[in-house]
Amino acid sequence: MKTVSEFFSERLNVIGAWLLALLWVTPLLYAIWAAIHPIEYEANFDIFAPLTTYNFTNAWSQAPFARYLINTVMMTTMIVISQFILCTFVAFAFARFEFPFKNILFALVLLQLLIMPDILIVENYKTIRFLGIMDTILAIGLPYMASGFGIFLLRQTFKSIPKELDDAARIDGAGILRIIWNVYVPLSMPTFVAYGLVSVSFHWNNFLWPLIITNSVETRPLTVGLSIFSMSEAGVEWATISAGTLMTTAPLFIAFLIFQRQFIASFMTAGIK
Amino acid sequence: MIKTFTKIISLFVFVISLSSFSAKAVELEFYFPVAVGGAAASTVEELSNKYMELNPGVTIKPIYAGSYTDATTKAITAAKGGNPPPMAVLIAIDIFKFYDEDLVLPWDDILSDEEKENWLGGFYPAFMKNSQIDGVTYGIPFQRSTPVLYYNKDAFREVGLDPDRPPQNWDEQLEYAKKLTKKGSDGNIERYGIRIPTKGFPSWLTSGLIYQNGGKMTNGLGTETFLDTPEVIEAVQYLVDLSETHKVMRPGTLEWGATPKAFFEGQTAMMWTTTGNLTNVRKNAPFDFGVAMLPAKKSFGAPTGGGNFYIFKGTPEDELQATKDFVKWMTAPDQAGVWSMATGYVAPRPDAWETQAMKDYVADFPPALVAKEQLAYADAEFSTYENPKTVKIFNTALENVMSGTISPADAMKQAQTDIDKILKDYR
Amino acid sequence: MNKKNNLISVFFLLVPGFILLISFTHIPAVKTLMNSFFSTAKGRRPSKFVGLENYDVLWNDATFWKVLTNNIIYACGVIPTSILLSLGMALWVNSKIVGRPFLRFSYFLPTVLPLIAVGNIWLFFYAPGFGLIDQIATSLGFPSFNILGSQESSLFGVMAVGIWKEAGFYMIFYLAGLQAIPPDLREAAMIEGANKWYIFWKITFPLLTPTTLFVSVNAVINSFRQIDHIVVMTQGGPDYASTLLLYYIYEAAFMFWDTAYATTLSVVLILILCVIAIGQFFVLDKKVHYQ
Repeated sequence: MKTVSEFFSERLNVIGAWLLALLWVTPLLYAIWAAIHPIEYEANFDIFAPLTTYNFTNAWSQAPFARYLINTVMMTTMIVISQFILCTFVAFAFARFEFPFKNILFALVLLQLLIMPDILIVENYKTIRFLGIMDTILAIGLPYMASGFGIFLLRQTFKSIPKELDDAARIDGAGILRIIWNVYVPLSMPTFVAYGLVSVSFHWNNFLWPLIITNSVETRPLTVGLSIFSMSEAGVEWATISAGTLMTTAPLFIAFLIFQRQFIASFMTAGIK
Repeated sequence: MIKTFTKIISLFVFVISLSSFSAKAVELEFYFPVAVGGAAASTVEELSNKYMELNPGVTIKPIYAGSYTDATTKAITAAKGGNPPPMAVLIAIDIFKFYDEDLVLPWDDILSDEEKENWLGGFYPAFMKNSQIDGVTYGIPFQRSTPVLYYNKDAFREVGLDPDRPPQNWDEQLEYAKKLTKKGSDGNIERYGIRIPTKGFPSWLTSGLIYQNGGKMTNGLGTETFLDTPEVIEAVQYLVDLSETHKVMRPGTLEWGATPKAFFEGQTAMMWTTTGNLTNVRKNAPFDFGVAMLPAKKSFGAPTGGGNFYIFKGTPEDELQATKDFVKWMTAPDQAGVWSMATGYVAPRPDAWETQAMKDYVADFPPALVAKEQLAYADAEFSTYENPKTVKIFNTALENVMSGTISPADAMKQAQTDIDKILKDYR
Repeated sequence: MNKKNNLISVFFLLVPGFILLISFTHIPAVKTLMNSFFSTAKGRRPSKFVGLENYDVLWNDATFWKVLTNNIIYACGVIPTSILLSLGMALWVNSKIVGRPFLRFSYFLPTVLPLIAVGNIWLFFYAPGFGLIDQIATSLGFPSFNILGSQESSLFGVMAVGIWKEAGFYMIFYLAGLQAIPPDLREAAMIEGANKWYIFWKITFPLLTPTTLFVSVNAVINSFRQIDHIVVMTQGGPDYASTLLLYYIYEAAFMFWDTAYATTLSVVLILILCVIAIGQFFVLDKKVHYQ
């Protein structure tokens, strides 16, 4: 039985959550508005304004966005998979082992969180050139694959997994890799999904390094391609930017909707300890 | 365990190698910025393709490089990283920066005397001002512009002004702006008479005012500025008086990017912005509009703006020659005309305006001529050594004046002092 | 034997990650940071060793102090707000509230939208005259504001965007943390008659402390590292009113190409972050409840 105050606090909760969500989603609502109406209505919120697909076709025609999309998908996939592998290994070492210089090495990892990669652009450019992989998708991703953020996050998660599960697996004769794969990875699924989502968003949005390191349509990601609309001496073309953004973020939205289900599914399995 | 480990690493390497797409080898790369919207990028590509058709054996690879700032960043990073592009279109006023960093080559070194006379000599002198140091040419004008005055003819008619007679001088500009400023029913101003954006590149438009007042900003050698002079201070005073004293302009610093929109929405009846906006305004203004030269004070005056072709150190001789041929072609009358009509930039050579295509275009759209006519009165854009820093000091001073925190005299004096500190090392 | 095996395993686990870390972070960082002891090299004047002179310039640079103050204000505003909001968002989204998918989507949305677009859309919101906020304000009878164009308000305008961008990001981690809490704990408490607040403070929140640690370290770091919205919206102006330390560095490095000063500023920034973030980590790690 609910008390009156519980009833109200529930309602307040719902209202509060919804208000916040509506506030939060306003930029997207505006982007949709600006994209589907002609330019005259960018600032005129007339409900009866005519609809148009011009902005989409205009935006699409100004740059090879299909190719940019493919590039971005390839780049992001490559980065995230590499991060999963590399960061899991390192995080596991920090979470479960003792070894000399452990704290110093971990501080080195954390240091990566603090050092802004943009400062290192000129040096990293030289390194990429030295490796002979200029203007490749690999080059965009390489500096990011060992991610201090990922290592830190996974270490936190791994540490909160009961050690008894390790020992049980070890008794069964499992080696380290098997323990990671069979015990730690499944139980950390929510974290992997969260990290994956966040990493994808970061790299989907990354601008300066990809701009510097890529020269061709075959490697250029979306953010660099989209920037063509915003640097305008002609003033900001809100309708075009919105249309371009919607088209190029649509895949992320779809992926996100799919991942939402995975999120819930992983909760089901992980919750049973 | 080592076996599984090796398997994982091999899988990893395999996954990575799958995505190691790289670009095919090219002959001539060039970076170009886009500051006027996407159509410019496709025009660059069309022109490059056409050149390749006419010149088999040469491959041109235009590389989109972002805004002017981004393109400079990309070019300098590449050059410092040992991989300079043969050529790049970069903002003209960074000429001292590139020179000081020893990244660019003088065009004079690869031109014959005849070319120097006929080709270099055939550009508008106003554009060459930001392209040379001490008579040596480092940049070839390509996408150049000047600011112009756009005005709302319907608004003019509404307040009884002659729509075919734009303001000719500062006093008229102020008088018209007062007539055009309109208050709404709630007492708030719903339309300002004029808008001269001051956020972004305030120094550019303000230098128009300075030139109109007979002032001089730099000594042309990049080593000295004259901001603390009466002509400059008066110009800045005129600007801030528009919003502070006469209330014909929205107060505070005004966004460059939002200015055309404010114009279209009827929130300002006149605006100062680049001629590069011509196509945008033509397409989107929901009213009858006119274009005029910036009003005069002691004379007409305007700064030039935009980007030049630069060539980089470390480029092999044969690529330099091929680059020269390409740039000569790109600035030739037909191509300059195509470029100008597609983007709104001013064709940088008098002969470009004589082609039939350009004559037809101008007959169809007379506002395109305004910037060209203004060239007779145009002067260099603010440019010195350490330009990004000195321009920022100047811009910041202007922003402070516009937000009412400091008087024009004090601001210019302070800016002059700060800039002197930087430039004294170069004298 | 066991210890040796362990060390070998650790070695193999750490090596791939550390090779990349060192090649792309630590070595370039050391190389770049050495620049803070030299003057900026120009093509025509090679750099020369100047010792601590750059640091001296920094100490006397009034703009640096202004920018540092901005950053502290920014951090104090954005960090607690975004963490609290994110915790609230996670709790809401994790509960059986109506319209959950919509809430989840809206909160996470800012992370998904590219900054180029987001910055420009917010520019529109803030634009005086025809911008959304101004339209609403004037229709309610308020005068028109130039939020981003005034020295007093531009930092706060930028902070709002910062909070908007960060909260959903942290929500994801709180969600992951919440979903790792065994539901039987909560059920057991409810059977014993505990109310929602009790469950939250005694069970949920303590079990979320690993996540809170992670989120707060990141929030501190991000409040010094997130400048993309400033690049697009205000370019640090007017007169450095909305400039954060990293933007000041970015300007010195990529607009002025004053590499020596940029790296000097970077060293200072990294030191500040070191002290706050790593210190925070090592101190709080002891208080975190691990199972």
